[in-house]
Amino acid sequence: MTVEIRTKSVKPLSLSFGHLQRRFGDKPATRYQEATYDIQSTANFHYKPLWDPEREMFDARRTAVTMKDWYALKDPRQFYYGNYTTTRAKQQDAIDRTLDFIEKRDLLRALPVDVRDLIVHAIVPLRHYEWGANTGSAHVAAYGYGTAITSPAMMNTMDRLGMAQHISRIGLLLDGNSGDSLSAAHALWTDHADWQGLRREVERMFVTRDWFEVFVAQLLVADALVYPLFFQHIDAAIAGGNGSALSSLTDYLMRWFDETAKWIDAVIKTAVAENADNKALISGWVLTWRDRLVPALTPIVQHALGNQSEDAVAAVVAAFNSRAAKLGLSV
Amino acid sequence: MAAEGNAKPAKKLSLKENYALLTRGLGWEPSYEKKEDIFRTIDFEGVVIHDWDKWEDPFRLTMDAYWKYQGEKERKLYAIIDAFQQNNGQFNVTDARYVQALKVFINGITELEYLSHRGFNMLAREFPGVGPRIAAQMQSLDELRHATTQIHTISQYAKYFTGMNEFPYQFDRVWYLSIPKSFFEDAVTSGPFEFIVAISFAFEYVLTNLAFMPWMSGAAFNGDMATVSFGFSAQSDEARHMTLGIEVIKFLLEQDPANVPLVQKWIDKWFWRGYRLLSLLATMMDYMLPKRVMAWNEAWEIYYEQNGGALFADLARYGIKPPKRAPETIAEKGHVAHQMWSVFYANRDAVGFQMWLPSEEEMAWMSEKYPDTFDQYYRPRYEYWKAMEAAGTPFKNTTLPQLCQVCQWPCLFTDSGDPTTLSLRETEYQGQTFHMCSDGCKDIFDDTPEKYVHAWLPVHQIYQGNCFLPGVDPTAPDFNPMYEALRYMGIKPGVDNGDFKGGADATNWEKWTSRPANIHEGAYTDAVRDSHIKS
Ligand SMILES: [Fe+2]
Ligand SMILES: [Fe+2]
Repeated sequence: MTVEIRTKSVKPLSLSFGHLQRRFGDKPATRYQEATYDIQSTANFHYKPLWDPEREMFDARRTAVTMKDWYALKDPRQFYYGNYTTTRAKQQDAIDRTLDFIEKRDLLRALPVDVRDLIVHAIVPLRHYEWGANTGSAHVAAYGYGTAITSPAMMNTMDRLGMAQHISRIGLLLDGNSGDSLSAAHALWTDHADWQGLRREVERMFVTRDWFEVFVAQLLVADALVYPLFFQHIDAAIAGGNGSALSSLTDYLMRWFDETAKWIDAVIKTAVAENADNKALISGWVLTWRDRLVPALTPIVQHALGNQSEDAVAAVVAAFNSRAAKLGLSV
Repeated sequence: MAAEGNAKPAKKLSLKENYALLTRGLGWEPSYEKKEDIFRTIDFEGVVIHDWDKWEDPFRLTMDAYWKYQGEKERKLYAIIDAFQQNNGQFNVTDARYVQALKVFINGITELEYLSHRGFNMLAREFPGVGPRIAAQMQSLDELRHATTQIHTISQYAKYFTGMNEFPYQFDRVWYLSIPKSFFEDAVTSGPFEFIVAISFAFEYVLTNLAFMPWMSGAAFNGDMATVSFGFSAQSDEARHMTLGIEVIKFLLEQDPANVPLVQKWIDKWFWRGYRLLSLLATMMDYMLPKRVMAWNEAWEIYYEQNGGALFADLARYGIKPPKRAPETIAEKGHVAHQMWSVFYANRDAVGFQMWLPSEEEMAWMSEKYPDTFDQYYRPRYEYWKAMEAAGTPFKNTTLPQLCQVCQWPCLFTDSGDPTTLSLRETEYQGQTFHMCSDGCKDIFDDTPEKYVHAWLPVHQIYQGNCFLPGVDPTAPDFNPMYEALRYMGIKPGVDNGDFKGGADATNWEKWTSRPANIHEGAYTDAVRDSHIKS
């Protein structure tokens, strides 16, 4: 049976959902808007959470930051599940070709032993840093308020697992898939003096309960120091005289970092502009975490860069400070 | 210069080895902060876990594989959704009654997917082991997918039919939507182990096929290709989730004998709560699908009595018994769908979709499917109501029903031994009387009364005056409490609710498609008669 619709007489009752009409007017909505706005419950909660009986199941009071409308914290990438997974799948296809190229030619295993040791010492342990970041973003996604922030935090949680696994693959390319570099990196992360400062701060984030502070500490501050220090400065030092095999792998991490920064910046900028209390609070967090993380990172950067380490740290901190200033923070 | 040892070619890794290397060692024993300060919610329930590494990762998916596999599914699904929208696929369904069933779906189910996403996210944060954390994270992301794809599919229907475009607002406020809302909030506000037993095992593993198979076949039978597509696309995620459900149960039971009674209590509770939630499906299957797939009692026999029976026989070696209240579900299976439809029909002015009485053809089908119950108890009722409609004095309930403190259904069910007596139970707690619909719900209340006294019972709230929009004056002379409560709930009085015949959806349907809005009753309007004359 073919269905003949008198299309001329069919006029939709509305062009988008009521909650979207109230925000944007009665016009066709994007898929990002449909998947994001007002999806989280806000009223008439039934039970006191056994794990937090003082608050509601979803409760804006789990952070000291305040917003009149939590959906102001939108994601400029406009990710929803479909375009998120297809975007990542495409990026993964591209990096797979690089991984394949390097594996076939054994490019990392062909590096001099001291260089390989340096990569195991100074890069591979970051898989644990990423796993720590996974915990932080899972915290934001679980306890954050409003789908606008929690959905991208969920995607970031999974990104961090992906990045941890990508860094692990660098280890496996170095050790011929024996996993020895991963065990070595685990021991370095838990016991070696060079890494204890950073691990200490990552564990401090684990016990930080305010989800917005976790967002600031991990995604705004720590990432902004770690990514350029390791995947640009240390990477460049390794590449000097040793070819670009490692850089072709860290490039993936930096591209991801740059893409993610657009989201982080939009969230911070909006929250800071919302009111003076937010601005003071977030600025305070930024200073506190920056001043913890910079000394925490110094030993491992010194190990990798020797006498260039001070300049590298200074450059990265300066870049961070100007980014923070652009976001409206007083630092 | 390559060092010795590097001369050997790189080892080939199996998928399992690759997964283990990339995943297993990611965590570490914290030393700067105490473990109990990091994972704060895993101890209070009393579950004993000796070794998180004993957890068998059921999926063994690395993130790159997840992105590629899921990304490919999304590409295919959105190609179908795009085509559905371009071709006005919403008009290809059997008739406009089918759309009323979709309203129950978008308003009552989609937000459950979202709550599942958030609930798994809490586990994704709180479980101390890497394996279970990743499993919870992937399921959390999958559930976000389900909510998203349902919204993107049904948004096309929402543009053309009433009662679908306020789904998040209604979910928080409509009286019968507190049934699904309270179900999932109960799980999310529990501890992480109860949540995972409730959702991954009792719901996903034991009951999900019951929701999925009849519903998706019903969509297929009735020409709803968009729902079929997101349903089947979600089903491959569901297969992973069911595996997680059974792995979780085995892990908990194997870790320590002290876990067995806790797990049994949660199975008993969540089986009953899940069953009550799915009873909504009973009504949809038997009454709302213009072309029916199977009757509720048949579905219960296949998907619970047979499949569930085999499952619990298998779990007996751990000391787990079948759910305590399973016998009641079997005793009731010939009644629930009819009792619910009756209550919805009687309260049709207070619901967000449009209602009708079953046609002769449908009643004949029910007599055949329910030989022991339909003709004796329900056909006479429908015939009486039909006569009232014909006489121009249709039957309507003017007072809102008493709700069960636990499942939040109206206390509409009859005693399993006696289909003429309403099943009413009550418990005194702190000087107050609380009402329950059944022994199953009373068990749940009596075990944790301090939790259930907080339930937001819509009918109580309406009577207490808490369900009016700001600016409404209850002392005004023309104040109409029912009308105002509907507005508060996001239901448009006179548009979304009431009788199907003569309602907006039926009328628009005939105007737009020239086909009858109810295939069992022929044309309601000239739009259909016209086109028949022309052709
Ligand atoms: Fe789902
Ligand atoms: Fe109940």
